[in-house]
Amino acid sequence: MTSIAFIQDVNFINASYVVAFSLFIVGLAKLTSPTTAVQGNKLAALGMLIAVVATLLAPGLDGSDFALIAIGVIVGTAIGIPSALNVKMTAMPQMVALFNGVGGGAVALIAWSEFRGLGGDLSGDLEFGIPLVFAAIIGSISFWGSNIAFGKLQGLISGSPVKIPAGLFVNIALLAVAIGAGVAILLGSESEGLFVLILVAAAVLGNLAVLPIGGADMPVVISTLNAFTGLSAAAMGLALDNYALIVAGMIVGASGTILTDQMAKAMNRSIGSVLLGGFGGEAPAASGPDGSETGGTVRSTSAADVAILLAYARLVVVVPGYGMAVAQAQHTVREMAKALEKKGIEVKYAIHPVAGRMPGHMNVLLAEADVPYDQLKEMDDINGEFGRTDVSLVIGANDVTNPDARMKPDSPIYGMPILNVDESKQVIVLKRSMASGFAGIENPLFYNDKTQMLFGDAKSSVAEITSELGQL
Amino acid sequence: MSSVDPAAGWTAYAETAAETAAETGSPLLTELAILVLAAFVGFQVISKVPNTLHTPLMSGTNAIHGIVLLGGLVAIAHADGVLSRFLLVVAIAFGTINVIGGFLVTDRMLSMFKRKPEPAAPAKDADA
Repeated sequence: MTSIAFIQDVNFINASYVVAFSLFIVGLAKLTSPTTAVQGNKLAALGMLIAVVATLLAPGLDGSDFALIAIGVIVGTAIGIPSALNVKMTAMPQMVALFNGVGGGAVALIAWSEFRGLGGDLSGDLEFGIPLVFAAIIGSISFWGSNIAFGKLQGLISGSPVKIPAGLFVNIALLAVAIGAGVAILLGSESEGLFVLILVAAAVLGNLAVLPIGGADMPVVISTLNAFTGLSAAAMGLALDNYALIVAGMIVGASGTILTDQMAKAMNRSIGSVLLGGFGGEAPAASGPDGSETGGTVRSTSAADVAILLAYARLVVVVPGYGMAVAQAQHTVREMAKALEKKGIEVKYAIHPVAGRMPGHMNVLLAEADVPYDQLKEMDDINGEFGRTDVSLVIGANDVTNPDARMKPDSPIYGMPILNVDESKQVIVLKRSMASGFAGIENPLFYNDKTQMLFGDAKSSVAEITSELGQL
Repeated sequence: MSSVDPAAGWTAYAETAAETAAETGSPLLTELAILVLAAFVGFQVISKVPNTLHTPLMSGTNAIHGIVLLGGLVAIAHADGVLSRFLLVVAIAFGTINVIGGFLVTDRMLSMFKRKPEPAAPAKDADA
């Protein structure tokens, strides 16, 4: 009796939780440096294991409960492990969106079953009821919003901004419905239909809120939804009086909020303006899709010419963007860089904080291609170096190099910090066609006298350049 | 160390936790205090992460909010009825995907970040 009672003791379980979230915190702290990050992630996973085991030791779980838990865990493992092991690095943003979504979905479902468990009467215990309703709303928004983000990133849904008529009004109305139903329940209504209404209204809100957001804004959306799931988990922790949920959920909520803020700053936009709809609201079409103001001519070049240009450079800066991810060109880019380095040419990579579809997307891709991380330069570090850069090689990046952000106050992206590619001596832009970026804005960089365009698929273009380099 | 009747389960757990807190004040206030402190820890820890690691960071924090799995484990002990149990099994499956997938994918990404002691690589940070 005594030994079992000891590990089933509330204090023992709570002590295990303290160990668990300490490991989360230490693990996250170690994520601040590439050298310790792998270990940090493992520590956090160990913390999770401890928390789960401690919870399973708790009294009250009988045989049938364990059977159900086993079913859930086995199904989850059978789905989670293969998806995590097989996902391509280029598809990482949608994978994170999906994992985030199921977390939010779990919160919403737990809230629903807890509501049923109380026979629907939450009015007697507002300390339980309020966080439960909050968790239901945020969890449902996060689940559906993440699914839409996944669909957009995976190409199942159009990645461009979808305009919804009176979108803001509809969204506010949906939020009001969800909160209204929640208040009615807290005031004593025991209707399960009302609780389902909360989940449904929040679900529609999650869909409609993410649908209008364009692909380029996805870094902000994903980190917002990440914060949302964290907050919903923390709220669930308040409802269930579970310290592990409160602490872990809130840490994620806070870190997600910080990250969202950093992303929004990197685009010179407020979180609100991103979430209230893409660049569409600022009518970039009005600035002339024909590029009349920009004018100038575009000079096209060949892989052989680019190779010669690169061969006589001393410093080459590669500026990767989403196009590199789409073309899966990171390995070919690395091959080219190796060929250049063999000739004694210095190669650096300029990484804009919002290049790609999630924060740090380019870093992950280049790391996959074995690019040492100390060659990856953040925007503030590399911008001073473009002046002495002989050739900037822009691979599938567009808006993050647009000089209009510095020079043209009426441009929709004016004020957004950019990579000052136009300050380098020569610019080569690898691009599929002259189509504009996700923001739908003309890029005067392409018409610059120093710029030459190399049209075609980024991967085959880079491969051609590399083979030409070999022949020089 | 109070002993807990196993049959009473998580309700007893919650009550005991509440009682413990009640000795010093409202359990809600205790929990809110924990909540606020956790928020500050989150802000502090994450502010120092370089852009390079933003994707693994997101995916790592993503895995950590898979802690909702515990919510499913706690709730299933006192769930009645087929629908409630079904909802919780799905929730547990979701939570498991979140935790296992999240940590694995983060590990895969992080193991790619390495500094290469390659002779071909030019001297690092020549600009410093």
